[in-house]
Amino acid sequence: MARSPLRFLVLILAISICHAAGIFHPISDSHRSAALDLFKPVDGSFASLEEAYEALRTFEVLGIEKTAELSKAICKSVLGTLESSSSTPKDLFHALGVNGILKCSSKEETFEDQTSKTDLHLSDAEGTFRSIKALSQSDGRWRYSSNNPESSTFAAGIALEALSGVVSLASSEIDQFMIGAVKNDIVKLFDSIEKYDDGTFYFDEKLVNMREQQGPLATTSSVVRGLTAFSSVITESLNLPGDKILGIAKFFLGIGIPGDTKNFFDQVDLLACLENNRQVKVNTVLGSHAPPLTVTLVRAFSSSARDNSIIENQELKFDPQDAVYFLDDLPASFDVGEYIFVFKMLVQDSEQQTVYATGTLTQVPIYVTGLIKIENAKIAVLDSDLGSVETQKKLDLAGESTVSVSANHLQKLRLSFQMSTPLGNAFKPHQAFLRLRHETKVEHTFVVGSSGKKFEITLDFLGLVEKFFYLSGRYDIQLTVGDAVMENSLLREIGYVELDLPEPPENASRPPPQPVDPYTRYGPKAEITHIFRAPEKRPPEELSLAFLVLTILPLFGFIIGLLRLGVNLKNFPTSAVPATFAVIFHLGIAAVLLLYVLFWLKLDLFTTLKTLCFLGVFLMVVGHRTLSHLASASAKLKSA
Amino acid sequence: MARSTGKDAQALFHSLRSAYAATPTTLKIIDLYVGFAVFTALIQVVYMAIVGSFPFNSFLSGVLSCVGTAVLAVCLRIQVNKDNKEFKDLPPERAFADFVLCNLVLHLVIMNFLG
Repeated sequence: MARSPLRFLVLILAISICHAAGIFHPISDSHRSAALDLFKPVDGSFASLEEAYEALRTFEVLGIEKTAELSKAICKSVLGTLESSSSTPKDLFHALGVNGILKCSSKEETFEDQTSKTDLHLSDAEGTFRSIKALSQSDGRWRYSSNNPESSTFAAGIALEALSGVVSLASSEIDQFMIGAVKNDIVKLFDSIEKYDDGTFYFDEKLVNMREQQGPLATTSSVVRGLTAFSSVITESLNLPGDKILGIAKFFLGIGIPGDTKNFFDQVDLLACLENNRQVKVNTVLGSHAPPLTVTLVRAFSSSARDNSIIENQELKFDPQDAVYFLDDLPASFDVGEYIFVFKMLVQDSEQQTVYATGTLTQVPIYVTGLIKIENAKIAVLDSDLGSVETQKKLDLAGESTVSVSANHLQKLRLSFQMSTPLGNAFKPHQAFLRLRHETKVEHTFVVGSSGKKFEITLDFLGLVEKFFYLSGRYDIQLTVGDAVMENSLLREIGYVELDLPEPPENASRPPPQPVDPYTRYGPKAEITHIFRAPEKRPPEELSLAFLVLTILPLFGFIIGLLRLGVNLKNFPTSAVPATFAVIFHLGIAAVLLLYVLFWLKLDLFTTLKTLCFLGVFLMVVGHRTLSHLASASAKLKSA
Repeated sequence: MARSTGKDAQALFHSLRSAYAATPTTLKIIDLYVGFAVFTALIQVVYMAIVGSFPFNSFLSGVLSCVGTAVLAVCLRIQVNKDNKEFKDLPPERAFADFVLCNLVLHLVIMNFLG
């Protein structure tokens, strides 16, 4: 078996700082493109001088080019601010900052006018220094003003910047005692630094009820700005704890790419300050090249056996072309697996040791992957009691072929194979599963056990009959073997087994219902055509007409019978008034009947009833008249 | 024996016929009306038997109108009959007026139910 010698490349940019959890990347091109996106000028220029200052400083630090029109537009507004007499000190501050970056050309006189107003040389520098210092607190923070008793860390940063400005503008030397007092304050301020678990340090405000609460980002950046400004003006250097500076740098790199322009500016400005003061780790935060270093691999051990280190104190060689440190000649005993490498970096040049702050020991988890050999794979069907092999087939796990076996519930199925690492050691993978899937999609999963290099699983169907829900038929066999360091993990259908299980008894459990394919359940269903109620069978029209005639016939029969009886109208009143009433009575009845016919044909009940009311009243009056007349007539006839 | 039964039936029928001839004409008119109504009802029932009872409400209203009016006519006959001691004091015109009124109400209901 051929084993290629591993040439172990350590990319510094990738290693940077890694403590089992967070990896901090230096500023990269993604930062630059994000900066261009965030700091977009509106209508060719920025909204305010403050924004312009932030944008330009960011571009300057990141090395992004500004367009010519942008510079011109900003210069115009800068000059306007400097020339006008009504600019606020804040505007002047930002304008001067922008001017420093862009170096807009201006007339000398305008500067003279402005500077005559703002004292370039402070006559009473000591007095100013003292008054600013008076606002400091015992825990290293500063108050905003003498009236406001609240103190804040953000204010401390501003105060330090102001003090450094005072010192640089002072005409005479400031008393060293006072500078020493400020240095003490700075040390106390560092005591209040907070940290996260992954080694990042930051400053944050303690009190919550501050007006204009600044976040940790703004607070930390203001403090560092103040520190760098102060350290640049004083003669001797500040002794600041190296790991805390490192932690602050980690904090800012850990933010990634902020979305807000203010945060972005803070982050980039702070990193520029740190870079300029060169207090940074192996690869400087902004990605510039590191000075000559010795990088030593102190220890390398397997994550499972932490006491045994495989490599000790190996120095890495530097490849100047790629600017990387690499480790040649990895020992032969490096097998696949998970390891932890511990690095230590030392600056070669002793005088630069004070300039750079390096991290101490850094640990990096390394995964060494390789091809795991799987061989001697077999599948066999055994007879239960005797253990004799009925059928045995070789499996080719690397290839695509499938096997098919058949078994009944009295037999056993055995799958076995051997696994070993490239160096011949035993290997236990994270996953080794055997899955049997029935035609009805019911699945059963089993873990393949191992002893040393041999992996084997035996399925005794006699015991598994109930687990398989007594389902006979074809089961697809699927084998899964996988691990993080295994380059040839496999998940393969290796064939099928025809299983013959007995009939389920009455109280056997049914297999759980398989999830229905959502498309069949929620997909479109068959179209329903509405079936209207079939109309009733009507008789043929001729028959209906025939019976209509038949129904009318008895009426004629009645009339004929009446005539046969000799009916007459003799009793009809002859004199005028009763006759009229009689006629009207008959007409009234006819009218009511006509109304009924109309009701059947088209009227509704309400109109019918309404009309019936009138007709009925009328009919009753008339009828009463007529019939009483008839009654009196017959009574007269009877009495007579 | 059958012959005597047949002869008895005939004799019975004849006597019934002669007795009926003695009834007053008004009553005969009413009887004729009743017969007419019942006959109409029968024809409707036969029709329903042939074609089925759809629509049932129409059939009911038709039959019930005939039967109803027959019943009312029978009531009129009872009240008008002079031999009936119970309604001696009721003038026949009054009975007739009741008959007309009840018929009108019946037919209103029938017309509504006819559909």
